[in-house]
Amino acid sequence: MVRESFQEQLNQLRDNILRMGNLVERAIELAITSLKKHDVDLAEKVVMDDEKIDDLEQTIEKQCLTLLALQQPMARDLRFISTALKIDTDLERMGDYACNIAKIVLTLGNEPFIKPLVDLPRMAETAQEMVRDNLKAYVNRDKELAIKAAEKDHAIDNLYNQIFRELLVLMTNNPRNIRQATYLLLVARHLERIGDHATNFSEWIIYMITGELVELNE
Amino acid sequence: MTEKPNKMQTNNLNFFYKDFHALYDINLPVRQNAVTALIGPSGCGKSTFLRTLNRMNDVINGSKAKGEVLLDGKNVYDADVDPVDLRKKVGMVFQKPNPFPMSIFDNLAYGPRIHGIKNRGRLNEIVENSLKDAALWDEVKDRLQQSAMGLSGGQQQRLVIARVLAVEPEVILMDEPASALDPISTSKLEDLIYQLKENYTIVIVTHNMQQAARVSDYTGFFLNGEMVEYDVTNTIFTAPRDKRTEDYITGRFG
Repeated sequence: MVRESFQEQLNQLRDNILRMGNLVERAIELAITSLKKHDVDLAEKVVMDDEKIDDLEQTIEKQCLTLLALQQPMARDLRFISTALKIDTDLERMGDYACNIAKIVLTLGNEPFIKPLVDLPRMAETAQEMVRDNLKAYVNRDKELAIKAAEKDHAIDNLYNQIFRELLVLMTNNPRNIRQATYLLLVARHLERIGDHATNFSEWIIYMITGELVELNE
Repeated sequence: MTEKPNKMQTNNLNFFYKDFHALYDINLPVRQNAVTALIGPSGCGKSTFLRTLNRMNDVINGSKAKGEVLLDGKNVYDADVDPVDLRKKVGMVFQKPNPFPMSIFDNLAYGPRIHGIKNRGRLNEIVENSLKDAALWDEVKDRLQQSAMGLSGGQQQRLVIARVLAVEPEVILMDEPASALDPISTSKLEDLIYQLKENYTIVIVTHNMQQAARVSDYTGFFLNGEMVEYDVTNTIFTAPRDKRTEDYITGRFG
């Protein structure tokens, strides 16, 4: 194999993307668990751990820019590196949204919920699945799996609309619900945005494999 | 990118050096006012192919072309085609600059004189315009009577291009024109190629893939005498279709 050290650097880049993806998936899971359980300690851990995600983002960016400058990558290598640069940003944003959810947990403290949380954990679970499937699709260069991952965004959008209507009713019925309902709506909104970034992730995987820029879930 | 019309086109072109089959069924369009780059490893046939376009291979004993090389729809291997006239229309620039051992002026006037232009004023005009088109005028206008051998390598290469331009070609073939030049001269040459395509059709053979990517509109990848893939340059370098092209341009060949 020619260009062994270059291939080795590409492998390191891939491993960092996987590491970052796993951290993001975990952050979403812990953020929603801390919300369900009113667990302030756990929420604080999510906020702290976001730094690791941010650090990885910078590491990956530097790796990509160095590879572009020094190796003049072409074709699949070029697509691989530009994909890493793009999903790096998407993953970082997803991490930020998880962190925002954790901060809302810190704000709400022990305040009892105005309604049982059912759909929010469902949204989070689906978002996690999207990230997981994408990571698998990314490593295995599996286009079909990336498309399937993106399709799950519809479920997230539907849940978001449902939650929106539900919370609106609660607010209309009792103005004292407004504060918490607004926070819960923000949580839903953050999860919905995570779904959008996960869809971008799928699109970049498809670009990496085929060279075609596609728009999924239009 | 809108497809440009074909200035040249080869149809099932095969080429032989005696018993050696050097090119296999090459079908390549050369689009007008565009730069077509030919890339591939050493010995893949890209230079041989380039030389079939103006029959430069004719001088090699025992060489034979089969198939068609069309220039404006006319096969250049037809019996009624005069190779000298063909090479005036399809000029060539080589890897090493080859100025004639005479003055800059005479280098440029050489071709036009051979083609019968004697008028001093007309020759002056041709020399000035060719040097301007080759982006060399400002550097040499005060020393036209000095020997061309005193120019730098990069200047010599632009001089040679100016000399090709002086006979008003339609197509310019370039065989590794920048491989003996430093990065600055290379950049100047690449800028020049970009400007020249406005008025000329260019085919360039290069080992430098970044150069092919920078200067060309279309790229053909050659391997073992075959043309493996031809496409818009952007596609070849971002998402080639053939695995062999991919392996070559990502440096994973062999």
